[in-house]
Amino acid sequence: MRFVTVSGPPSSGKTAVIIKTLEHLKAAGRKVGVVKFDCLSTDDDELYQKNGIAVRKGLAGALCPDHYFVSNVEECVQWGLAEGLDVLVSESAGLCNRCSPHIREVMAVCVIDNLSGTGTPKKIGPMLKAADLIIITKGDIVSQAEREVFAARVRGVNTKARILHVNGITGQGSFELSTVWTEGEETATVEGKRLRFSMPAALCSYCLGETRIGSDFQMGNVRKMDLEMPTGTKTDGGPQDFTPGGGDS
Amino acid sequence: MSRELKSLTVEELLARWPFAQQFLGDQGHENLTDQPEAVLAEVLDSELLEQLGDFLADMESFLGTSEQKVSEVTIRGGRAKDGSDESVRELTVKVGEIVCIVGPTGSGKSRLLADIEWVARGDTPTGRHVLINGEVPGDKWRFDSEYKLVAQLSQNMNFVMDLTVQEFLALHAESRQAADPEEKIQRIWSWANELAGEPFGLDTPVTSLSGGQSRALMIADTAVLSASPVVLIDEIENAGIDRQQALEILIQQEKIVLMATHDPILALMGDRRVIIANGAMSQVIEPSEQEKANLTELRELDARLMGLRHRLRRGERLDTI
Repeated sequence: MRFVTVSGPPSSGKTAVIIKTLEHLKAAGRKVGVVKFDCLSTDDDELYQKNGIAVRKGLAGALCPDHYFVSNVEECVQWGLAEGLDVLVSESAGLCNRCSPHIREVMAVCVIDNLSGTGTPKKIGPMLKAADLIIITKGDIVSQAEREVFAARVRGVNTKARILHVNGITGQGSFELSTVWTEGEETATVEGKRLRFSMPAALCSYCLGETRIGSDFQMGNVRKMDLEMPTGTKTDGGPQDFTPGGGDS
Repeated sequence: MSRELKSLTVEELLARWPFAQQFLGDQGHENLTDQPEAVLAEVLDSELLEQLGDFLADMESFLGTSEQKVSEVTIRGGRAKDGSDESVRELTVKVGEIVCIVGPTGSGKSRLLADIEWVARGDTPTGRHVLINGEVPGDKWRFDSEYKLVAQLSQNMNFVMDLTVQEFLALHAESRQAADPEEKIQRIWSWANELAGEPFGLDTPVTSLSGGQSRALMIADTAVLSASPVVLIDEIENAGIDRQQALEILIQQEKIVLMATHDPILALMGDRRVIIANGAMSQVIEPSEQEKANLTELRELDARLMGLRHRLRRGERLDTI
């Protein structure tokens, strides 16, 4: 079974791209399935089902969605194998832009849209930076110049990935994408594999359910902003704070 | 290349590859320009150095594309929707040519254009093959945004950036690493003004341009700054833009123009037109002498309608036309 992790900001077109792409694989006689990860609610599972795609959904609820993803991903892979799938896709939104579900030796896809602004590629961090394949959507409604500027910004952040333009509504580019998803290694398990980036440092009192505001209630991993620092200087929490996953690379 | 980069200082790096500044900025290292003496191996980790090497290599091949210019694109026929052989077995379009594509909705126009964009190798539903300069092209035409074969213009496209015309063009020129950006910006702006009936300034926000002005700017910008050798046009509206001159600008900038249109004037302006039916290219037609003569008449008709528009705009009555 081929396993593909798809991530991307909310509303970038992940679900539409996945549905259009899997349609081509289905037409070629392959069995396809999706595991959809979200936070509080999603109807996308019904959308997948309506399109004849086997689907399971996971709602992180009170947990950090990315921690929830990584704690469940092996079970998802085993579900896909038990269903006899040829291609399994996991879909998750990189909600705080700090995380990515991408796993070493598993095809990593990031979906990002032309309308999100030229600053976005730089902002969304590891889910774009650690991707093997970048899908740029919504190209049909912006100018050629904006598409070129946006693609150049994406290239500036990720120098290695293959870049494809796909339209989630018309499906333009989705056939091409489907051929890429059947390339590469089969995945029998992700047990023992490593995330490409470590998850964010957490565990402060708010992680544990604290709702009151004020220094007295803040414990654990807490950091204060430096409001003395004028705009234009290097701000807190920049890319230098990333700790690449594993640490043995 | 990363081995070679290690020993360079920031100043030497930027002197040789000015565009490295963009990379440093994107990677959150813009402050390095304040330390021109710093040696790269000391300020960048090995992974970043390797990425910088890749980026520079990409950019160099990207800037060098003019040497390996695309002069023609060939489409080798595949099969129709019913599996029969496509009637047109081979179509070659050269730089400076305009080919119109006509056919009813659902006939396969989009698939033809997608086959060209994806430089098909018999691996798409139509089984077509696309050659560049007579040769089977490499993977870079599929996956490197620097090598995109096709630039697209359609009536549904809008500017979404909150920038003035000047800032917008400067940003595009910068992302393309264009030589002499000032000259290019001036040229695009003045061409766009010639194409659009109503003039606009360099300080106009792109989002407040009219439909005709937007289209004019998109066409002039694509002609001058886009790297893609093929320009695909999905109709050009008839209002507020000089369509003939628009096509001439693209041709003059050595583009291959493919135009999906059902407008008789545009269709007759093409050097040839391809008829699409049942998922295949069924015929290639060259305009006849009679059609060319009719084009003159159609243009006169068009100019008359245009004149009436102007009169309406000025508040006149149309009792006599």
